[in-house]
Amino acid sequence: MTEENNGWFNRVEQGINTETKDKKEIKEGLWYKCPACKEIVPKEDHEANLNVCVCGYHERVNAKRYFEILFDDNKYIELNADMTSADPLGFVDTKKYTDRLVATQKKSGLKDAITTVVGKIGTYDIVIAAMNFEFIGGSMGAVVGEKIARAIDYSIENKAPFMIISKSGGARMMEAAFSLMQMAKTSAKLTQLSDAKVPYISLLLDPTTGGVTASFAMLGDVNIAEPGALIGFAGPRVIRETIGRDLPEGFQRSEFVKEHGFLDYIVERKNLKNTLAQQLRMFAN
Amino acid sequence: MVLLDFEKEIGKLQEQLEKAINIGQETGVDVSSMVSDLETKIIDEQEKLYSNLSSWERVQVSRHPERPYTLNYIDYITDNDFIELHGDRNVKDDKAMVGGFGTIDGETVMFIGQQKGINTKMRQYRNFGMANPEGYRKALRLMKLAEKFNKPIVTLIDTPGAFPGLEAEERGQGEAIARNIYEMFKLKVPVICIIIGEGASGGAIGIGVGDKVFMLENTWYSVISPESCSSILWRTWDYKIDAAKALKLTASDMFNNKLVDGIIKEPLGGAHNNPKEIFKTVKKVIKETLTELKKQDPEKRITTRINKYTDMGVFNEN
Ligand SMILES: [Zn+2]
Repeated sequence: MTEENNGWFNRVEQGINTETKDKKEIKEGLWYKCPACKEIVPKEDHEANLNVCVCGYHERVNAKRYFEILFDDNKYIELNADMTSADPLGFVDTKKYTDRLVATQKKSGLKDAITTVVGKIGTYDIVIAAMNFEFIGGSMGAVVGEKIARAIDYSIENKAPFMIISKSGGARMMEAAFSLMQMAKTSAKLTQLSDAKVPYISLLLDPTTGGVTASFAMLGDVNIAEPGALIGFAGPRVIRETIGRDLPEGFQRSEFVKEHGFLDYIVERKNLKNTLAQQLRMFAN
Repeated sequence: MVLLDFEKEIGKLQEQLEKAINIGQETGVDVSSMVSDLETKIIDEQEKLYSNLSSWERVQVSRHPERPYTLNYIDYITDNDFIELHGDRNVKDDKAMVGGFGTIDGETVMFIGQQKGINTKMRQYRNFGMANPEGYRKALRLMKLAEKFNKPIVTLIDTPGAFPGLEAEERGQGEAIARNIYEMFKLKVPVICIIIGEGASGGAIGIGVGDKVFMLENTWYSVISPESCSSILWRTWDYKIDAAKALKLTASDMFNNKLVDGIIKEPLGGAHNNPKEIFKTVKKVIKETLTELKKQDPEKRITTRINKYTDMGVFNEN
């Protein structure tokens, strides 16, 4: 939940800040300005383009948006919709964990950092667990672990392929070791899914780091990602501090991760649904 | 003996004790009652201190520079018949992760663990016990080797974390740890994991999935170090003591939360105060636990292992 940004994003953000002139011209809610190429387009067009700029920059969008993009007729059923985080450690940092949860639920309209659903992609059944980055950085606590566990049970019972859409800074620090053990819990469930010969697709989005990368996100039968997503174990800041020099251009981006052998392929958002349908067909036939 | 900041009182008493002994030697005066008095006081003071250590103090003991490390345990437990096996057969031999076969009273066991260095030079050589992906892949290779020949596995965990370096990312640190966790659930042989020092996050659990997981009394195991937790949640390094407490990272916290299976008692003043005693205790725990685990059928053992971890986590269902 800590290091979703690397230097590249920081530079982009600074770029926006210096151009106050442009800011005034963009009427709230009507225009989208791409942080990568600075192009300004009508929001309507941008959304029709699945929130991807003409330059190829994939804007981060939430789980609900992916469901719209992926599911046939935008139809799906949510599983375990009411599960929420407990506070087994009575955790307090600068504020109480329980207060943080309530505030985040209110602000995001979400119950926790993952939404699990069942639907069809190109007529193929699929169970999807999609992480909500806007909920405490998509951090993995007991709810994330349990909802993934139950979604896997559902996949096994219904012989429906399983997909996790990862987007997370890693561990939920406020659940400490309970959070750590979710890495083991989710991986244990994936061994059962594998024994049942049900396919598991891992889709890694911007950003996927920490304990999520070091557990289910890297364990797909196929691992795939959108272009330009930050994917890594340690965050860029920590690595920079460790090695004492700047990181190379494109470090820990999807293309880099694929080049080093940890992704099967990279798929643009506009091709995501078709590619997944094709992938599911390969597993089914 | 290096004393920790909360052991000042013990330091003073030890100084007095040394002085008394010197005076006795130099002057020939009988100081025996004074010496035994001071010795008792030192033990009393240690008992008082160690019966009530704070979370942060336990973290300090877990990192004590004289604390025994993985190879010390292995050498003692195997009676020096350990054969270290090197390399992941892919990239290189990671010096921060060691492993190999050794026998415990005649029975062959695969030992695997992170290794910290004993001095400045060796700390560099061992990369401070922070393994790279090839370290985790070596560990997995050795686990599979043990499984092939039906030998039980003991992992000794002592790491401040998996190494956050550039090459580590290139070679897939995340994938390496994930693969180990996944594969450890499928091992058909008994697996015992013991946290002997620091159990930091993914770096620890990367060799930490076991039928039985134990923590030594003065160790810590959590998702992040108290220092890093302070820097992220409090946005300053100054709250490590509060963070240590909040994280509930001590052996007793972890046992009470049912996240580990047992606590191994350390000698008074910490493992470094009497290494032989802690080696003996750990050896005894390993032997007893192996006897118990071997009674189970392998399939049953795997199911029990999986169920133990899938039960972990507290949440609300409205
Ligand atoms: Zn653009």
